[in-house]
Amino acid sequence: MKFMLIMRSTEAAKKAYEKADFEQIINQMGAYNESMMKAGVLLAGDGLADDMSQNFVVDFSAETPIVTDGPYGETHELFSGFWIIEVSSKEEAAEWASRAPLGEGSKLEVRRVTDMSDFQDFADNEFLKKEEGWREEQSSK
Amino acid sequence: MTDVRRTVDAVWRIESARVVATLATMTGDVGLAEDLAQEAVVDALAQWPESGVPQNPGAWLTAVAKRKAIDGWRRRERLDDRYRALAHDLEARWGGATGEPAAVDSWQPIDDDVLRLVFTACHPVLSREAQVALTLKVIGGLTTEELARLFLVPVATVQQRIVRAKKTLAAAKVPFEVPDPSEWRARLGPVLGVVYLIFTEGYAATSGDRWMRTELANEALRIGRVLEGLLPREPEVHALVALMELQASRFAARVRADGTPVLLADQDRSRWDRAQIVRGRAALARADSSARALGRGRGNYALQAAIAECHAVAPSVDDTDWAQIVLLYEALGRIAPNPLVELNRAVAVSMATGPASALLVVDGLVAQGALAGSHLLPSVRGELLSRLGRFTEARRELEAAAALTANERERDVLRAKAAGLDVGTPR
Repeated sequence: MKFMLIMRSTEAAKKAYEKADFEQIINQMGAYNESMMKAGVLLAGDGLADDMSQNFVVDFSAETPIVTDGPYGETHELFSGFWIIEVSSKEEAAEWASRAPLGEGSKLEVRRVTDMSDFQDFADNEFLKKEEGWREEQSSK
Repeated sequence: MTDVRRTVDAVWRIESARVVATLATMTGDVGLAEDLAQEAVVDALAQWPESGVPQNPGAWLTAVAKRKAIDGWRRRERLDDRYRALAHDLEARWGGATGEPAAVDSWQPIDDDVLRLVFTACHPVLSREAQVALTLKVIGGLTTEELARLFLVPVATVQQRIVRAKKTLAAAKVPFEVPDPSEWRARLGPVLGVVYLIFTEGYAATSGDRWMRTELANEALRIGRVLEGLLPREPEVHALVALMELQASRFAARVRADGTPVLLADQDRSRWDRAQIVRGRAALARADSSARALGRGRGNYALQAAIAECHAVAPSVDDTDWAQIVLLYEALGRIAPNPLVELNRAVAVSMATGPASALLVVDGLVAQGALAGSHLLPSVRGELLSRLGRFTEARRELEAAAALTANERERDVLRAKAAGLDVGTPR
């Protein structure tokens, strides 16, 4: 089972981080990542830049999608990074998630990543096949 | 299953290797270490519902198990001076016999301990069956029940295998250590072999449902990735992970919904897991660069992974780099001569340069008397003959192959092919 651990930080967390020693944060994150690598569960992971000049939102509520600079949701909660892990149970995902070196105001949202078995009844669906083809294109870039 | 049981199982999954490795380093005995760790798990099941899961559950399990070890020696102290010395020595080295939180916080498992555990679980004195069971249990952190379910045997059988494995290790006085540099390569082979066997058990299992098979293959991959972390300079460890990732990427396309296997040529390539292919290729690149660093060429797993990579990146059977695959099989045949590799080479040759030259390779195998009794040789030979228009001979080979295979579905396919040949009139 694959799970995505989505890091969310609030304004409070951002403030707390401003005061923290950045090198120490890097070291703690590094140790956490290393522990998941050593356990053979980490498949992917990255941080998301908080330089807002490079980030944007696409709003689909109008007839034509509108690209704007924000806002990023009413709660001002931002995704700041993610990990994808492969584990044997929801409980194991929870155990790993709770070991993340995150502080006050931070939250991890954990979601199971769907796989082909979720769509087994529709294995011959043309659109699903196309979607797989699209993924293929994406990953070969 | 209760929630706490699931939580403890999850913690055990993550911590088992390091807990057992630490205890084995302390006691010098993997069997005892595993027993102690299991007793600690029983304590966790009883105590965690009340106390909650501790901050550092691995340290908690280790501390409790260690206390049990020292208590055990204490009790025997009266009987034997040797145990008295051991208990005192351990107390001096490992702190008090109480396993207080202070000791818990300072618990720092060492990778070398886990590496010793890997080599011990795959020690040559053990049977393959025992190596597999012990590796999945102590390195993979699977429970006896999970092992029983995955291998479709009763729980008692798994327990027996584990007990026998521990006894064998004890009787052979296998030391808890990594092998000598002189033995290193000879001992690494069985370790990788066990992991790959677990993978292929999942990949090619003849029984059990598809979901279970994927699970077993995933366990092997996970242990493979653990080994990569422990042995980052060993090219073949990376190569094994590469091979498993690349083969596993085809899982979704390998069987139809009704369970019939789909041959590589007929697989819907859009259903291959691209992310997994990317990971596999990255692992192969790591294998190649660590081999270069050691001044070595590609090993057995690296060559197999490279062949799998050729398929993984090809848009179709026809657009596959068969010439490259032929070269890779040749290299594989040089470092590990094997009639099955030679037969695979023949198939690749037929794709690269046509059936006539491939038939020469296959006839070479026939002349050696290789693969006698296997349906594979006549089935490939029959296929090549039919492509050459030699239908009478082709039919004879395909019928021979059908008679030899134990797999019913395969037999039907071979018979249908044989019956479909228009004997006498060349195509």
